[in-house]
Amino acid sequence: MSQATVSRQFASPLSTESVIAVRDLTVAYNESPVLWDVDLDIEPGKATAIVGPNGAGKSTLLKAILGLVPIAAGATRVYGSHLNTVRNRVAYIPQRGSVDWDFPTNALDVVTMGRYGRIGWFRQPGKADRAIAEECLEKVGMGQLAKRQISQLSGGQQQRVFLARALAQEADLYLMDEPFAGVDAVTERAIVQLLHDVRDAGNTVVAVHHDLESVKEYFDNVVLLNVRLIDSGPVSEVFTEENLWRTYHAPSDPIGADGMSLGQRSGSEMMPARAMLK
Amino acid sequence: MIPLAFLGLDITWDSTLRNVILGSMILGLTSGVLGSFAVLRRQSLIGDALAHAALPGICIMFMITGTRSSELLLLGGALSGLVGTAVLIAITRWSVVKQETALGLVLSVFFGFGILLLTRIQQGGDSAQSGLDRFIFGQAATILPRDVVVMGVVAAIVLGIVGLLFKELKLITFDPAFAASIGMRPDLLGVILAGLLVLTVMIGLQTVGVILMVSLLIAPAVAARQWTTSLAGMVILSGVFGMVSGVAGSVASSLIDRLPTGPMIVIAASVIVIVSLLFAPGRGVLSTYQVRRSRARQFRAELALTDHHGVSRP
Repeated sequence: MSQATVSRQFASPLSTESVIAVRDLTVAYNESPVLWDVDLDIEPGKATAIVGPNGAGKSTLLKAILGLVPIAAGATRVYGSHLNTVRNRVAYIPQRGSVDWDFPTNALDVVTMGRYGRIGWFRQPGKADRAIAEECLEKVGMGQLAKRQISQLSGGQQQRVFLARALAQEADLYLMDEPFAGVDAVTERAIVQLLHDVRDAGNTVVAVHHDLESVKEYFDNVVLLNVRLIDSGPVSEVFTEENLWRTYHAPSDPIGADGMSLGQRSGSEMMPARAMLK
Repeated sequence: MIPLAFLGLDITWDSTLRNVILGSMILGLTSGVLGSFAVLRRQSLIGDALAHAALPGICIMFMITGTRSSELLLLGGALSGLVGTAVLIAITRWSVVKQETALGLVLSVFFGFGILLLTRIQQGGDSAQSGLDRFIFGQAATILPRDVVVMGVVAAIVLGIVGLLFKELKLITFDPAFAASIGMRPDLLGVILAGLLVLTVMIGLQTVGVILMVSLLIAPAVAARQWTTSLAGMVILSGVFGMVSGVAGSVASSLIDRLPTGPMIVIAASVIVIVSLLFAPGRGVLSTYQVRRSRARQFRAELALTDHHGVSRP
């Protein structure tokens, strides 16, 4: 992409306040786009939920911001710069199911991986890094389990280890992919508390979220996504019946390439939406 | 002679055996270390495809140069192994064919082509061709002192790079998406790892051959995983298991007449695997069975206790 195109794209109203700026973002793995022409600004110091049905491109949006998937069109900026120059300010929590938890290592070691980005090539983590990792494990209530093999942790404990690893990155922006998926109620409360602590310390949190019931309670802002951006902004303004209806029922595929009908696309995803609309 | 005589083994300690033992140790160590990453990344069969893909390169190098020198032949093998890997990656990335299917394709097509060339060469009646089939099942007795030196240097390079990049290789093996998010290059590191795998396979071709090479990548690593709780521990123990297999196989084949070295090394490694799968504490079959039984006994005891006190269960 030429320099001229980039500046033209960012000539559109771009708040200097925004932590993440997304312009005209389109991502396609195969023929049909996963994200279509998304424009988005993430407000600093807030907890933002990304909400939408399965296949809406929520995880892909995070990955595109992190440069983990090829972008077909458009551009993203983090703190106004290319991601490479601000990587140490960004922490990413992938989906828990994306790794093999039978890997031979313990909880503390995984959290120490959060330091790798600051350690640099060829060097091994030192005492200071381990101390920070231990501190972060304490923060998620896992201090006692530092030496436990990760294969022997429960799903909720594994999720906390991932959170602790993100904390060890000492970042300003936390991108979480479904942090509440498959965790017990106690862990969910602990994660919410942590998420709010991180935000109240002045950091920005963006989380892919599935449970419509808890959006109002957990998050300040919401991004409604179904391949296209439906709406984004403060929960009180954006999280409305009409917007939810559009998110979960709108034709998601702009060019109809996947041949799915509306009913097929929505499917089980309609249930939570209906519950909300009562 | 000394350590073996101590064990009371009747064995002729000559320079050939010394070369075989040294070569097998170097091979076992390197393949154990590299195999750990290959197994954890679920890519051990890539080593298999790569080893098979080396055969046509060995033959083509012989047809071009007429050489008998192992280094040159193995260089040819390395080149066609790399071509095979590239084809594999290309098929997986650009076509709808899944990786395991692509593995089978590359393996059989390259190996078949190699056998075709080998047959042509052997029919040619060139006296220098006599040793070329040693690369199929391996023929450790053909290892020269110079080969041991080459193997040692290659092994030192491979192990040195693994040591330098240990933290990076660990992270791209456990969580490639997170690794990419902090600016590491999982794709580039994956290519480096594949390159190291090529070098390791080249070390092994003369000893165990293209067909059995994969077992030296898988067996020590699988056995080591059973006993260890950290990646560093697994990598080291896997290297030790590989070395032990190399020495045990070499010694066994020299004790009994006409027993081939390569297959003996593989059998030694397999014995270690079987023992580890059965008896390792925590992960072994026996251990998991015991845990399950003691849990069941505990539950039964608790049930009996509650019944005794007349407490109704939900």
